[in-house]
Amino acid sequence: MAAGPRTPPRFSATFDPATLAEIRRAAATGIYDIRGAGTKRKLPHFDDLLFLGASISRYPLEGYRERCGTDVLLGTRFAKQPIALRIPITIAGMSFGSLSAQAKEALGRGASVAGTSTTTGDGGMTDEERTHSRTLVYQVLPSRYGMNPDDLRRADAVEVVVGQGAKPGGGGMLLGQKVSERVAGMRTLPAGIDQRSACRHPDWTGPDDLRIKIEELREITDWQKPIYVKVGASRPYYDTALAVKSGADVVVIDGMQGGTAATQDVFIEHVGIPTLAAIRPAVRALEELGMHRKVQLIISGGVRCGADVAKALALGADAVSIGTAALVALGDNDPALEAEYRALGTTAGAYDDWHEGRDPAGITTQDPALAVRLDPVLAGRRLANYLAVMTLEAQAIARACGKSHLHTLEPEDLVALTIEAAAMAGVKLAGTEWIPGQV
Amino acid sequence: MCGIVGLFAKDPGLEQELGAHLAGMLTSLSDRGPDSAGFAVYGAPIPHAMKLTLRAPAGYAFDALMPALRRRVPGTISLQTCATHAILTVPETGEAATRHALAEMARELVVVGSGHRMELYKEVGAPAEVARQFHLERMQGSHGIGHTRMATESAVTTDGAHPYSTGIDQCLVHNGSLSNHNALRRELRRQGYSFATENDTEVAAVYLTAKLRDGASLRDALMGSLRDLDGFYTFVFGTATGFAVLRDPIACKPAVMAETDCFVAFGTEYRALANLPDIERARVWEPEPATVYVWSRQA
Amino acid sequence: MSGAPRVVDLEQASVRELNQALHALTPDSNETFWRVCNPRGRHNLAVGLDAAVTVEIAGHAGYYCAGMNKQAKVIVHGNAGVGVAENMMSGLVHVRGDASQSAGATARGGILLIDGNAAARCAISLKGADIVVKGSVGHMSAFMAQAGTLVVLGDAGDGLGDSLYEAHLYVCGAVAGLGADCIEKPLDDVHRTELQAKLTQAGLAGQVDPGSFRLYGSARQLYHFDVDHADAY
Repeated sequence: MAAGPRTPPRFSATFDPATLAEIRRAAATGIYDIRGAGTKRKLPHFDDLLFLGASISRYPLEGYRERCGTDVLLGTRFAKQPIALRIPITIAGMSFGSLSAQAKEALGRGASVAGTSTTTGDGGMTDEERTHSRTLVYQVLPSRYGMNPDDLRRADAVEVVVGQGAKPGGGGMLLGQKVSERVAGMRTLPAGIDQRSACRHPDWTGPDDLRIKIEELREITDWQKPIYVKVGASRPYYDTALAVKSGADVVVIDGMQGGTAATQDVFIEHVGIPTLAAIRPAVRALEELGMHRKVQLIISGGVRCGADVAKALALGADAVSIGTAALVALGDNDPALEAEYRALGTTAGAYDDWHEGRDPAGITTQDPALAVRLDPVLAGRRLANYLAVMTLEAQAIARACGKSHLHTLEPEDLVALTIEAAAMAGVKLAGTEWIPGQV
Repeated sequence: MCGIVGLFAKDPGLEQELGAHLAGMLTSLSDRGPDSAGFAVYGAPIPHAMKLTLRAPAGYAFDALMPALRRRVPGTISLQTCATHAILTVPETGEAATRHALAEMARELVVVGSGHRMELYKEVGAPAEVARQFHLERMQGSHGIGHTRMATESAVTTDGAHPYSTGIDQCLVHNGSLSNHNALRRELRRQGYSFATENDTEVAAVYLTAKLRDGASLRDALMGSLRDLDGFYTFVFGTATGFAVLRDPIACKPAVMAETDCFVAFGTEYRALANLPDIERARVWEPEPATVYVWSRQA
Repeated sequence: MSGAPRVVDLEQASVRELNQALHALTPDSNETFWRVCNPRGRHNLAVGLDAAVTVEIAGHAGYYCAGMNKQAKVIVHGNAGVGVAENMMSGLVHVRGDASQSAGATARGGILLIDGNAAARCAISLKGADIVVKGSVGHMSAFMAQAGTLVVLGDAGDGLGDSLYEAHLYVCGAVAGLGADCIEKPLDDVHRTELQAKLTQAGLAGQVDPGSFRLYGSARQLYHFDVDHADAY
């Protein structure tokens, strides 16, 4: 009997190749997969929103003389010295330890040229960063690695970190290969061990006690500096209200696209909500408390271009923060290093094993031989360029919508391409009068 | 999210100042609970009578209820109004009839609590203002508990304020955040209990009342919550004869107690106890986790 | 230290005024002795000090008393609330009464001496300071303690030294239970010497025999992830 055509091989959508590989890896090693970066899944995001540019009912602004302002003032609620930024894009908290000293210096240089701030991370403040960053935000994390009052006093703002978007409810992670002598010294750990981190603060739990903690930080810094509270996007409506009630000057909400240096892949992909879904609830909480624009809101998690900046601001944020994008600007995942990525078993654009500390770009490593490849001056210039482009893009969009300042962008300037994005962002589905989920 | 206070008079001589002390304690915890406040005071029982605390919208004409109530509830009934609340005293045999009547003719009214001794007041607003509104400083009783609220996951409404009363002379105040209250609420609903809010504390209150109704002792009911409730909590539970304290096994939320020959006091912070008489010589300690403490006076 | 103290009455002045006055002290100031009256459990007393002064708190303190202390000697004539001497860098903090939760949390240097008991999480996240408790400590004490010493003359609650790094824990009384990766270790001469030094610093030289303590330290099994220890996580 003649054989007919065979059924072509078909992959399962549920047990797809990536899933199969992960199950095999877990069976072989007995440990969860750890990696850096944020969620890699496709999610409703800023790309699903579009701006309604001027036409007959609205008039645009010309470029150049017809200014579109980009400045922002953070920490006006209580601080004697609020932070004045030239652009509403800041550099998010990333630790020395997860990043090389050269990378921290580059971030400081680039941010300073652009007139914005950088943020320390889960390892404390380095002299490189303080020296090269004109505005530096000092994080107070559950681990308290490196925490000391002198750094608190030489910071420009203080950020109490409750969590981050990649892992709301989780603590920091740095594996032994990146716990170099210098990192270990700063964190008071034996060199070379895997750092276990607390997920709760050691001396407060809950917004009622956070209130007293924020007061303590204010007292120590003589009420000079703004106090930010950062949360991973989870219940942004409640968390924003509670941050305000605890006395925050600024609320920072980090969506699940937000990156991390290292954590369990399962945490990154399955805990926390998309940035797009977090903005309107946070803004609503501020509006209901009469605090919108009085307690500033910074949004982070997957901000990549001027359009993302403009959209976040249109939805009500006062500023955005970038992490992953800043590293890419410095040179992370550069195709010029493809041969080395291949040697690591990956490829440019997909490299995320930052916890291993073998980054050929010299950014997410503590290996001196690799770290020295990153020229902080050149990389700082690249970051400054990138920030300038994002700002120009946001201004171009804002002018096209008739705005003389990025802060006068509003939700009604946007429409959504999908029902999910419309519901999450609280804007109309394009071509309709419908905002799903609102009566 | 909150501040809790409790005061138990070991010495009857303290009873006439009980309300004044509680008012001071509540006010001192305003910072950690600015949204709303509430308290329950256990005064002298009227023989064979039951007190129902009613709450209504501002300006409500409580007196207008009385003629109709007198027709429906046999025996002596009386009413005392206080701002948005009123204490309706009825014969204890007439409690069910009273509740029926109120449910039919006054749906804007909420029965906040009932008991032989307990009066329960709670409102949206700053704690000092809430205490003043109901003249807590004049109230007398053998014991009382109170709460100042910073709402976490539910709205700032009066219904969301503590204490929650779900049984005769029973009420609960809570500092912390439960994590399995939604599933537990569904289970309790299945057993026939009803809920007025989405609040986690209300679930704990109904849970404890359910256990007591099933015949458990107060101690056993509270020990049960260690098994059945998940999350972070410090509970103070009021009964006709006293109050009980329980902290979850992790015990992150603060709790301070003070005892003298005259009183036993509970406060989320020492500040709440700082003005109590003879506090300088009190024994001050922190309750252990997963341990039930009960203070009561036999009638 | 000479002369009468500079007195601040917190029924008249605010905590903010107190802290600002203490922060304004210059190294050559002769106002080296302060007394704070009527603290009544207020929070954030004498926080962020960085001067060789003595501050007496005449009563009970609230949260974070002497938080982030540098150089100063802070004495609480009463109880202290949550987080006393948290993140202390140097100097001495002495609580004559009891201390609430998280006493000495993440403290990096200096000495915290507690005459009474400390509640749960004493020495949590310790980073190099020395803590001496004459009474007992509560559960989860020395959780994730990284460096420094905790000396307890009384008992320790459950979960002592859970997830411990390199801090040394000396307990004279009973230990209700040990946390993950915390084990008893032999009390060698080097430890006796260390313990004697800490006891002397706390003014207890000759009052307690170092040999009557037991030493607890990290088993170091969690320093590198091993699936066979997964249930410790």
